Amino acid sequence: MNQEFAASFVLVLPETFLAVAAMALLMLGVFRGEGSARLVSWLAIAALAVTALFLPLAAPGQAAAFGGLFVTDAFAVFMKILILLGTALALVMSIDFNDREQIAQFEYPVLFLFAAVGMMVMISASDLISLYIGLELQSLSLYVVAAFRRDAVKSTEAGLKYFVLGALSSGMLLYGASLIYGFSGATGFADIAEIMIGQAGDPPLGVIFGIVFMVAALAFKVSAAPFHMWTPDVYEGAPTPVTAFFSIAPKIAATALLVRVLIDPFGPLVNQWQQVVIAVAIASMLIGAFAAINQTNIKRLMAYSSIGHIGYALVGLAAGDETGVHGVLIYMAIYLFMNVAAFGVILCMRQQGRMVERIADLSGLSVTRPGIAAALAIAMFSMAGIPPLAGFFGKFYVFQAAIAAGLYTLAVIGVLTSVVAAFYYLRIVKLMYFDEPVEAFDRPAGRTLGIVITGSSLLILLFVVYMAPVVGWAGIAAAALFGG
Amino acid sequence: MAIGLAHYLVVAAILFTLGIFGIFLNRKNVIIILMSIELMLLAVNINLVAFSTHLGDLVGQVFAMLVLTVAAAEAAIGLAILVVYFRNRGSIAVEDINLMKG
Repeated sequence: MNQEFAASFVLVLPETFLAVAAMALLMLGVFRGEGSARLVSWLAIAALAVTALFLPLAAPGQAAAFGGLFVTDAFAVFMKILILLGTALALVMSIDFNDREQIAQFEYPVLFLFAAVGMMVMISASDLISLYIGLELQSLSLYVVAAFRRDAVKSTEAGLKYFVLGALSSGMLLYGASLIYGFSGATGFADIAEIMIGQAGDPPLGVIFGIVFMVAALAFKVSAAPFHMWTPDVYEGAPTPVTAFFSIAPKIAATALLVRVLIDPFGPLVNQWQQVVIAVAIASMLIGAFAAINQTNIKRLMAYSSIGHIGYALVGLAAGDETGVHGVLIYMAIYLFMNVAAFGVILCMRQQGRMVERIADLSGLSVTRPGIAAALAIAMFSMAGIPPLAGFFGKFYVFQAAIAAGLYTLAVIGVLTSVVAAFYYLRIVKLMYFDEPVEAFDRPAGRTLGIVITGSSLLILLFVVYMAPVVGWAGIAAAALFGG
Repeated sequence: MAIGLAHYLVVAAILFTLGIFGIFLNRKNVIIILMSIELMLLAVNINLVAFSTHLGDLVGQVFAMLVLTVAAAEAAIGLAILVVYFRNRGSIAVEDINLMKG
């Protein structure tokens, strides 16, 4: 075994550890049989924590493993920590829910771990082949967890819809990848970038087609309009903690992948893909703002809200420079905590032992459960982008990048749609604080869930206090992508 | 007439388009959707192998092997989800997948 090959294994240590841990936990679950779900879940959370500790060890700077199939840099470390955090929080929120709904099985945390491994490979992929493998490992695990409540029509229907549209988008991604391979002659991002620099003025048509196919496929994965149609159905049908997971980790991973693909190999072609990203961003912001207004189901509302948020993140990407990517990274970090807080509250929505999902069920929550109401209000104000909450700063950085890049129309549309979106966020606050109380939610909601809700609300509320290190770290991560 | 790269690419493009239309225009059976997905992936494989031969570069064939493997896993998971769905709903007609409007 030569030196370089051996060194590669050190770079993939976090992924290797997580994959081995997932298989070990699968064995543990099989041998302990029924009733091991809780133990396996907590061990899975521990495995995610240990993986996060490995990350800085394995990646001191920029380094490529396995002949350029896999890279580790500050960007990858930043995104992977968000992924691990999102997966761990979604698992924490699932444990009590699954017990109560009698779907507690040990496969559930194991599938989450496999999805997390796939997402980490996606983020570090620097070759079309490793990109595809990572994406599929993630998607295949997610199809199964979407249909995890095997005896419910809604959940299996969600799984089926997610599978069909996910497979369609994988097909499009592959077709785009094959065109890029054929017309550039390489699959490695570094090689493609080199070829593209030489042809930046007049790139081959096949490569442009390939980029459009890949952007469309990745827009499916991040659920950006006009490829968002699966999102509301899957969010509504999947078990609520799975919805929470879907809205956090896979979105962040796919956004990271989109950023890396567009900046790394196709950075020289920014003029070619910029228009596509602008169109997708505008469509997502409009759909996210207007389609959410008529929703009565809170999970569907969150689906449209997440479509809108992806639109805002893509505004940063459309700028196509370091400030823009910096904005995207900050936005995704904030988005994670806003969604954790909101879904934590949605998981508390139980009346007489049954989950309720109507927005109207939140009426008068401030009287019956003031703590939860305050947490949801903080999350909603933050999503609406009201200063000094975290969400404001996320929007601030992406719009600032858009204006610096001269994309004034895009920034103006962004601000206008966020005003429209504020309407439905604030309507929920109004329902909770000014409407007559309906039946109170069941107590207790669960201690771990309470800790998660309180923690994420405090992080949103006090973002100004710890803002400097987060923004600085995101800046280092963005600079790493631009070879700084 | 010599068969060149363009012929292979056209065949692959036609198969890929058929696959996409199979997913969207088919109103009968989910199994047909699964077949359409396979068709799309096979079109990609034709593309990859044709490009690989044309460029004299093996990477495309390696990619095609990986696509085949992953496609098998994907079909297995798709069929498994379909079986679970059929147990709940008692039908796999596309028009019956309408519990949620989207």
